[in-house]
Amino acid sequence: MSAALEVPHRRPRIGFWTAVFFAVLAVFLFVAVLRFTRGLGATTNLNDRVPWGLWIGFDVLCGVGLAAGAFTITAVVHLFNLRRFEPIVRPTVLTGFLGYLFVVFALLFDLGQPWRIWHALVFWNPHSVMFEVAWCVMLYTTVLALESASLVLERFGFERARRILHAVNTPLVVAGVLLSTLHQSSLGSLYLIVPQKLHPLWYSPMLPLLFYVSAIGAGLGMIIVESHLSGRAFGRRLEMDLLEPLGRAMVVVLAVFGVLRLQLLARSGALPLALQPTYEGRMFLVEFGLGVVLPVALLAWPRIRNSSTGLVTGAALAVLGFIMHRLDVSVTGLERASGTHYAPTWMEVMVSVGLVAIGFAAFALAVRFLPVFPVRAHALAVPSAPARRSGAETPGGGP
Amino acid sequence: MSRGILFDSTRCIGCGACSAACKEQNDLPLPIEKQTTAYTWTVVERRGGANVRRLCMHCLTPTCASVCPVGAMKKTDAGPVVYDARLCIGCRYCIVACPFDVPKYQWDRPVPVVGKCVMCAPRLAAGQAAACAVVCPTGATLFGEREALVREARGRIAREPSRYVDHVFGLDEAGGTSVLLLAGVPFVQFGLPGDLPREPLATLTWRGLSQLPDVVAVAAVFLFGVHWITSRRAEVCRSEGPDAPVEPPAGVRRDERLGP
Repeated sequence: MSAALEVPHRRPRIGFWTAVFFAVLAVFLFVAVLRFTRGLGATTNLNDRVPWGLWIGFDVLCGVGLAAGAFTITAVVHLFNLRRFEPIVRPTVLTGFLGYLFVVFALLFDLGQPWRIWHALVFWNPHSVMFEVAWCVMLYTTVLALESASLVLERFGFERARRILHAVNTPLVVAGVLLSTLHQSSLGSLYLIVPQKLHPLWYSPMLPLLFYVSAIGAGLGMIIVESHLSGRAFGRRLEMDLLEPLGRAMVVVLAVFGVLRLQLLARSGALPLALQPTYEGRMFLVEFGLGVVLPVALLAWPRIRNSSTGLVTGAALAVLGFIMHRLDVSVTGLERASGTHYAPTWMEVMVSVGLVAIGFAAFALAVRFLPVFPVRAHALAVPSAPARRSGAETPGGGP
Repeated sequence: MSRGILFDSTRCIGCGACSAACKEQNDLPLPIEKQTTAYTWTVVERRGGANVRRLCMHCLTPTCASVCPVGAMKKTDAGPVVYDARLCIGCRYCIVACPFDVPKYQWDRPVPVVGKCVMCAPRLAAGQAAACAVVCPTGATLFGEREALVREARGRIAREPSRYVDHVFGLDEAGGTSVLLLAGVPFVQFGLPGDLPREPLATLTWRGLSQLPDVVAVAAVFLFGVHWITSRRAEVCRSEGPDAPVEPPAGVRRDERLGP
């Protein structure tokens, strides 16, 4: 509604991005046709030595992790009752829902026979981590759909349905947190079974815990990055009073992750490998230095954390570090054992880029037609363009 | 009554009859490739100055069967680890997880399935031996009861200790395998993993997975409990005065607007 008012000011900009979007979409559809008519071998660099590549390493492992903001923030607001974060619940839950849809669609590209994806629901193997992840992802996507449904119900005035959803909100949030805890950690458990293949700098019996903690850190980071992006796109300023505490939480979560990571490496005796001038050693140092140490250092510094640029930079670095960690576990760490290097084809990259673009477009459409930012629009309706780049200070939206 | 295969590298002349028989038995397309693929389930490789057969090891507790989300891989009582292509969704976790790199994928097909040695399970069901063992001209590949094969392998090492490395590969690697290997050179020279635990790899994940129901129960109680305590506190705050913020943030009074 109020977003719709802003649209006329922004038309030229949206026009450019719309053009980019449709160009990406065209290439994406072309690759999709190739993928399903020619098979995985013709379109990807996957083979018997590298059975999982970009689509699992980035789209699935990172996609699920980066969407962890949704369960974190619903827990913070609805279970821990920190109500002041309420304004970021809706955009974060919506992003989470779109993120999980992104993962599911990416999986449809990666599976050899995607039309059989429902088999995991019918043919059970409770000993399989993949089986557990499949169930949790399916159930949690349903939870996110229900949590996002209030947007649509409110927009179209289905008052009774909305009230029913509101009544079951607490069990829904609890279910979301439980399911997320299970499958966020289980993504790490996927790699417990390859102790002799995964490089000791990344293998750990505590991989599930590392994946869980890093997902929370990355989820918080994504909330900040995403607020920054939607701020630029929809002419809204950054709510520093809400995001700065998230930056502080990130320092704690990232530090916990960093200490855990070093402890586990020291315990398994792999720590010295980090300082050896090998491919793996260098990748570890980049991942850990750039993705954990630097963001902690930046965000722990009040002056940096309180500036919008500093906060977004720190959060973006942490997100980048998270992506590097997951790609190192799923690709880099397995290369030595497989005796080969893997780099995705342009077609693999375009599928991921295309799916991300579709996600962005879906979010933009939702913002335009649904009350995604309702509270903030009323409380501190920001005119438009001039306010875009400001927001270094707490916005004076008070009465 | 579990059957197995004993492969004695020192008796193998590398003729490749096993590969040819495998192709024929399992209706696999020619040619016989240099390495195992989804279409070539067994090959003889020349490594470290010796011949070694590549085939599925048919683990007693197979990693592939434990990771498969739809249970397409199964260990049968007869010995073979079989694959049901009708269930397979193509996630390829079995290929990632197998410690012996056995399952292979049909990367060239739009509707692909996994390919791997199934120890001629249909022949076994009909009371016959695996095709590769039947055609082997030197007896390098021997088919029989696993227990009997273990005795035979130990006997060979005892009779000719200078001919063999003193180890039956597969006796307890990753919990033991139905395919046993004897060799005159260290097994790592064959490219086989030398650092496998004695317990099945599946226990590494099951240790965690089996805890999940307990974790869920405890976490659910904790989360509902936290909600109960915090919402009670909010209620108390509300009843103490309309101006009291639900959760007093340091100096941010703006939030009162958002309170319930």
